[in-house]
Amino acid sequence: MATKLPKVPVVIAGMGWSGGIIAAELTKAGIKVVGLERGKGRSTADYYMAHDELRYAQRNEMMQDLSKETITFRHNTKERSLPMRTYGSFLLGDGLGGSGSHWNGQTYRFLPYDFEIKSKTIERYGAKKIPEGMTLQDWGITYDELEPYFDKFEKMAGIAGDQEQNPMVGKRSNPFPLPPMKKTPIMKMFEEAAKKLGYHPYTIPSANLTDIYKNPDGIERAACQYCAFCERFGCEYGAKADPVVTVIPVAQNTGNLEVRTYSNVTRIIHDGKKASGVVYVNTLTGEEFEQPADVVILASYVFNNVRILLNSKLGKPYDPVAGTGVIGRNYAYQVQAGKAIGFYDDKEFNTFMGAGALGTIFDDFNGDNFDHSDLNFLHGGGIRVAQTGARPIASNSVPKGTKSWGKEFKSTSIKYANSVITVSTQGANLPYKHHFLDLDPVYKDAYGMPLLRITYDFEDQDRELTKFLAEKAGEVLKEMGPSKMQVSGELGPYDITPYQSTHNTGGVVMGTDPSISAVNRYSQMWDAENVFVVGASSFTHNSGYNPTGTVGALSYLAAEGILKYLQKGGSLV
Amino acid sequence: MPEKDSKQPVDNSRRNFLKNSGFALGGLIVGGVIGGSLTGQKEATTKEAEKVVEKPVDYNKALMFFNQEQFQTTEAAVECIFPQDEHGPGAKELGVAYYIDHQLASPWGINAKDYMQGPFYKGSATQGMQSPLRRAEIFTIGLQGLNTYSQQKYNKKFAELSEAEHEEVLTVFEEGKEFQLTGTTTKEFFKMLRSLTLEGVYADPMYGGNKDMQGWKMRKYPGNQMGYAKDIEKEEFMTIEPKSLHDHMGH
Ligand SMILES: Cc1cc2nc3c(=O)[nH]c(=O)nc-3n(C[C@H](O)[C@H](O)[C@H](O)COP(=O)(O)OP(=O)(O)OC[C@H]3O[C@@H](n4cnc5c(N)ncnc54)[C@H](O)[C@@H]3O)c2cc1C
Ligand code: SF4
Repeated sequence: MATKLPKVPVVIAGMGWSGGIIAAELTKAGIKVVGLERGKGRSTADYYMAHDELRYAQRNEMMQDLSKETITFRHNTKERSLPMRTYGSFLLGDGLGGSGSHWNGQTYRFLPYDFEIKSKTIERYGAKKIPEGMTLQDWGITYDELEPYFDKFEKMAGIAGDQEQNPMVGKRSNPFPLPPMKKTPIMKMFEEAAKKLGYHPYTIPSANLTDIYKNPDGIERAACQYCAFCERFGCEYGAKADPVVTVIPVAQNTGNLEVRTYSNVTRIIHDGKKASGVVYVNTLTGEEFEQPADVVILASYVFNNVRILLNSKLGKPYDPVAGTGVIGRNYAYQVQAGKAIGFYDDKEFNTFMGAGALGTIFDDFNGDNFDHSDLNFLHGGGIRVAQTGARPIASNSVPKGTKSWGKEFKSTSIKYANSVITVSTQGANLPYKHHFLDLDPVYKDAYGMPLLRITYDFEDQDRELTKFLAEKAGEVLKEMGPSKMQVSGELGPYDITPYQSTHNTGGVVMGTDPSISAVNRYSQMWDAENVFVVGASSFTHNSGYNPTGTVGALSYLAAEGILKYLQKGGSLV
Repeated sequence: MPEKDSKQPVDNSRRNFLKNSGFALGGLIVGGVIGGSLTGQKEATTKEAEKVVEKPVDYNKALMFFNQEQFQTTEAAVECIFPQDEHGPGAKELGVAYYIDHQLASPWGINAKDYMQGPFYKGSATQGMQSPLRRAEIFTIGLQGLNTYSQQKYNKKFAELSEAEHEEVLTVFEEGKEFQLTGTTTKEFFKMLRSLTLEGVYADPMYGGNKDMQGWKMRKYPGNQMGYAKDIEKEEFMTIEPKSLHDHMGH
């Protein structure tokens, strides 16, 4: 039997960016909040030995322990779903700060086109342009409406970027709070090449502080040291925006936040209309607790947001055959296979230096910034060069045709150790009726709860997009004058084994129509007014960008909605 | 050579680094590492260290997992993957076989953080590893296979074969057609052998390989430095004396 605890106004499951932002906003307004985080606590003191490629980048020190919990995967409903037994395609955050403690910090805003993708596509190309089975839908909010919340997230995190407005992206009400990252020779080469081809390159907006910065919450942090151990690592300088050095201490300083680590939420208690709290397990003792609350917030990343709802039988599960129901709908990912690799015979670059969000990108082929009339795909992607620090275990590129071991491999991989430049692409991923999330019928987690099952594959849309973006990347790289280059524009079936990105989206999508969305613009559930489900689970599709800028904006908007709800109750729309 | 911290004392704690780079600290948060206490410990330990003059014994060079034959087979195999050449030492001299021994004895070797609950079914390759075997078991079976195959083909153990023969055997294992193992495949084993070799060559020397950071030196990799803020924009390539995690311990 679960031990019943005293009721609190608000309980949050998950203390990453989404949970942290909401905790800060609510506690600043005087609301008492309990934050349940299944993992351990963290601080910058943990990163004294952080510059360790094997421990952090290869063995995923900071990620969720898969022996306790994973996901299962199949390409389609005919295939048997099998557990992701070891890490590959994406990494799952765990512990205070979630993935926000070990992300790169590349911080974009989705495009105005993204939020109205269906209407704008039909408006420009007609309804026939949307292929059979693609469940494209508008988000129920426009870029202009979300702009103030992007601004808020960027000011809190201290995002650094070019000071002039980029013509390819949504209009900004304010310049970036900090000037852009420094430019490396590789970034300059890329910028020059892209400009020569008529594109509009800009410095990647970065959550690695470019200067000492005091944010509106009064938090002051040190500048990035370009230490080259950023993504998958914690920042020992506190220079990378991380919930643990920004929003969580702000919430804690109010005295209104109680964080309980090692607390794994298993389900929401509800009567079909409203929730009355959550059940969680203390992972150290195995004890079960019931935490009653007026408002329940799920901020446990895409997968557990969906899984907790399904395991709680809250909201209508998605049925892929009928296309009805909403929980698990529109799962999407990211299309990153297209790239061009250049080898330089007589030039060495300081690629061992870098920072998580150091790089240059252009958006001329992202969103609907280019004409798709004669193309057989929708949307697009960013084309970029990034210098995140080439670490030696992971960076052993050799030209095609070189043997992957032995004498030839050794001398070739050493020859090019500091002489490889990759122009990479990050493509949008659009939703399909048969891509969805549900509960696995066989596999369970350490607490006996069913695992979440992903049914997903790449489509022709993704293959065409990959080919197109790879070609463009190749053209830019060619201008950068490598001695040898190779372009990869092939996309096979979705493969869960190589790392691609931790940009999983959908499952609890937002909108204005409860028959195709689970939450409204405030991340408030249509089926339970006091449950808010926050994170990239709200995305109706994934754009050609990293997601967290948009997750941050939606979290600030949700916080505003929750405050309103606490005063007035009822549906916020 | 870029700044080799000539002005700086041997101490490389983050506090000193930040002080010397004229780096001002923000108030609230930056406490942890930078304000850490390892600097305090340092003074005591330097005095201790001064007393010891002889080259210290490397106590790390002993086996936690392999028997002697397994160790020799591993040494021969990794040397074939990453051989000694004009660039510098091969995997054997770099201590890669010790590295692998230590890894297989670690939680990673028994898949402690992997999902190992059944039922186990064979899936498509793109669904990932689905074997109930632990990494240490797969590696042991693979090593045994190298010897069995070498006996069959050359009437010798793997470690006794010539360089060219090593290459032939590993090619057969990589291709995964000619020879079968029980419970795993030669291909799976080979993949693991190759990635463990690269890890052993390039992981921090603390793990038992990358002897004296020679793996890093061969490719001009500076190991772990505090940061490159001052150099990140520089046009010219910079060869920087590498540092290991040990250097941060302040003794
Ligand atoms: C290596 C890496 C690099 C990345 N780089 C970028 C980048 O450059 N730009 C970008 O935009 N994005 C990047 N991302 C993605 C980014 O990290 C995520 O979008 C973001 O952190 C999501 O925030 P979140 O709060 O929604 O989820 P998370 O950060 O995943 O936080 C969820 C939290 O909930 C907890 N939790 C889960 N289930 C439960 C439960 N049942 N009970 C209690 N607690 C639970 C987890 O432990 C975790 O702490 C990167 C991700 C990774 C892994
Ligand atoms: S690159 Fe910068 S932000 Fe990233 S971990 Fe290093 S110092 Fe921190």
